[in-house]
Amino acid sequence: MADATQFTFTDEQQALRAAVRKFCAANFDEATVRRLMEADVRYDAAVWRRLGTELGVLGMSVPEDDGGVGGSLVDQAVAVEVFGATLACGPLFGTVYLSIPALVACPAGEARDELLGALVEGDRTAAFAVPDRAGAFDPAAVTVTADGGALSGPAGRVVDADAADVLLVAAACPDGVGLYAVDAAGPGVQRTALVTLDLTRPQAAVELAGAPARLLAGPDEADRVITHALQVGAALLAVEQVGAAQHLLDLSVEYAKSRMQFGRQIGSFQAVKHKLADMLVDLEHARSAAWHAVWALSDGSDDPALATAIAQAVCSHALSRIAADTIQVHGGIGFTWEHQAHLYFKRAATDAALLGGAEAHRSRVADAVLDTAVAHAGAVPVATG
Amino acid sequence: MSTDAQRVSDLAHTVVAEHDPKQVPLTEFLGACYDAGLSWVNFPPGLGGLGLSRGLQAVADGILQGAGGPVPLGLNPMGYGMAAPTIREHAQTEDLKKFFLRPLATTEDIWCQLFSEPGAGSDLAGLATSAVPDGEDWVINGQKVWTSLAHKARWGLLLARTDPDAPKHKGLTYFILDMHGAGVECRPLRQMTGQAEFNEVYITDARIPDAHRLGGVGDGWRVAMTTLMNERSALGASGSRRGGGAIADAVQLWASRPDLHTPVLRDRLTQLWLRAEAQRLTSERSRASAGAGSPGPEASIGKMVGAELNQQIYEFCMDLLGPEGILYHSYAMYGANAGTGDWRGPVQQRYLRSRANTIEGGTSEVMRNILGERVLGLPGDLRADAGMAWKDVPRG
Repeated sequence: MADATQFTFTDEQQALRAAVRKFCAANFDEATVRRLMEADVRYDAAVWRRLGTELGVLGMSVPEDDGGVGGSLVDQAVAVEVFGATLACGPLFGTVYLSIPALVACPAGEARDELLGALVEGDRTAAFAVPDRAGAFDPAAVTVTADGGALSGPAGRVVDADAADVLLVAAACPDGVGLYAVDAAGPGVQRTALVTLDLTRPQAAVELAGAPARLLAGPDEADRVITHALQVGAALLAVEQVGAAQHLLDLSVEYAKSRMQFGRQIGSFQAVKHKLADMLVDLEHARSAAWHAVWALSDGSDDPALATAIAQAVCSHALSRIAADTIQVHGGIGFTWEHQAHLYFKRAATDAALLGGAEAHRSRVADAVLDTAVAHAGAVPVATG
Repeated sequence: MSTDAQRVSDLAHTVVAEHDPKQVPLTEFLGACYDAGLSWVNFPPGLGGLGLSRGLQAVADGILQGAGGPVPLGLNPMGYGMAAPTIREHAQTEDLKKFFLRPLATTEDIWCQLFSEPGAGSDLAGLATSAVPDGEDWVINGQKVWTSLAHKARWGLLLARTDPDAPKHKGLTYFILDMHGAGVECRPLRQMTGQAEFNEVYITDARIPDAHRLGGVGDGWRVAMTTLMNERSALGASGSRRGGGAIADAVQLWASRPDLHTPVLRDRLTQLWLRAEAQRLTSERSRASAGAGSPGPEASIGKMVGAELNQQIYEFCMDLLGPEGILYHSYAMYGANAGTGDWRGPVQQRYLRSRANTIEGGTSEVMRNILGERVLGLPGDLRADAGMAWKDVPRG
């Protein structure tokens, strides 16, 4: 699926969106999401495998030679936006957003090729146990050490690690930091499931003690591989936020049209209407920033670090605000467990915190565009009385 | 490049070659653009257009302006931005369209817009200027306000009441007023910056031939919508360069005054930069998805965000400058009807001028109503004057 101009989707991409919507409506309806979020394993492995095989949407930008469909990141993002709207159940963050992009960037090799194929097919899932400082790789924060082919040390809190088959772990070795694959169910791996604010996005604390590992990227490659994964992850997370935000705006608008108070639809009150208008603006801005980042990563039209920082700063802020306002527009019902608003509100808080919050990314944008700005004499005249 | 784009490109290069904008008089150059169909490429042939998609205008403008040609929208803003599409759609005959459009395009005829009144701002449909038939003419009486370029204008787009017994939207008719005719008086209106960009226009027994009516009698509101959607689209269009427009002022001021930097101001400026960038990307996305076609309600997003952002940007500049900012260059009234001259003045003047941004061309409150009702499909507000004859609506 070749990409045309930025912000325009091909017919194939429109068809893909429709197919993923249909699949999500059938498999990730609210009742299913609620059942799975309180189950021991937070997703249905059979449905996950169907996402990989039947729809082929787990590794859309993986080259055909590596077992993928040879699409682009734009294709992958089309599917992710729909996943975000439905809170699709499964290790999307760990497997699709981070591990698969990392493996794509890794040098080819038996361990990498075999694992990538299995993740794309949905036969196995992975979590990304790499410490980031607000979405940027920080080798100094790596607490796991590699001793030959065995890893030891605390790997911290890892999203989707609770049920993952494989952990991608950054570990310090004599020459620097390498990226390794560890069998999550194997010896030397202790996983403690944590209660998460967002039950649909589980985490586990991971502790390694001599866990056998296979090297994916050595010290000369790991930084590039991990940085690429974090940037792709940030862009896909932003698109997920857009999907969730659109769903919430639709929900709020429908409610404002149907809920009657004082003998009229509450959406006819300007206090409510103007709040919804502001939500629309935030959503449209988030959509533009997220998709710009996706295109920048797929066609090189913008600096990936800046484009993803812009997307994360804009989208984390937008979804958090839209989720909060969704509860406000719904009034009392929006605060109940029964209503779906809290599921998205918790996802909003979680997504905002993952891979760096809005403030951290703003700070990065400031580094790039304010600290480098050059003053031109007399560009802005100031009156002096 | 598509065949259509190639054709526009060829025509523009021919115009530039035969009428070098750096050599020939302005009116000759713009007249040649009009005759070649490059004034509005989406207009029909013979009326300054080629019957092509609106998106191709950028191809023509790039070549014409790249060769040193003017930005016509800047020279005749109400003419190019509002009058031209309205005339094209609603003037009674082809001859009249030609009569008005060519001198408009060459800027020999400057246009102004006579909509707002002291008693009708956001509730524009409540306006009171009357038009009464008298033989083949209409006789106009009333007062208009916030009319930029009225004193330079040859023609004015006028919205007037022809039926006070009808509900307010139904009793309006749209006319073209001869600004040089008897009974039309312009007075400069001084604003808080000290300048007078705008005028008040007093109309006393002015006469308009019925041929200069646009659209049917009582159909003025619908015709006015053509004008207003184009106005908001023009106001909402922002520069397509990252960091361009008003935010460049703030970033430049920031870069020139490292002695005034604080972390709090730095984050505030970054938030403004991001808002400007998100809106810039949204405009690009809107252009990419719309391609051809007329501006829709989504243009209101750009107008609203741009207006509020402008205010926040110049508030930031003032807060950065601190005590240095509370000086001014001069309150001597100058540059009457200077158009958008306030944006070339010192930052303090831009700061004051930005207060109008959330009022002119539709207040931000009205913009939010439009986004809520036209884009999101929310129900309209309850109206106390619904269905009431205009003459019975309480005023004050």
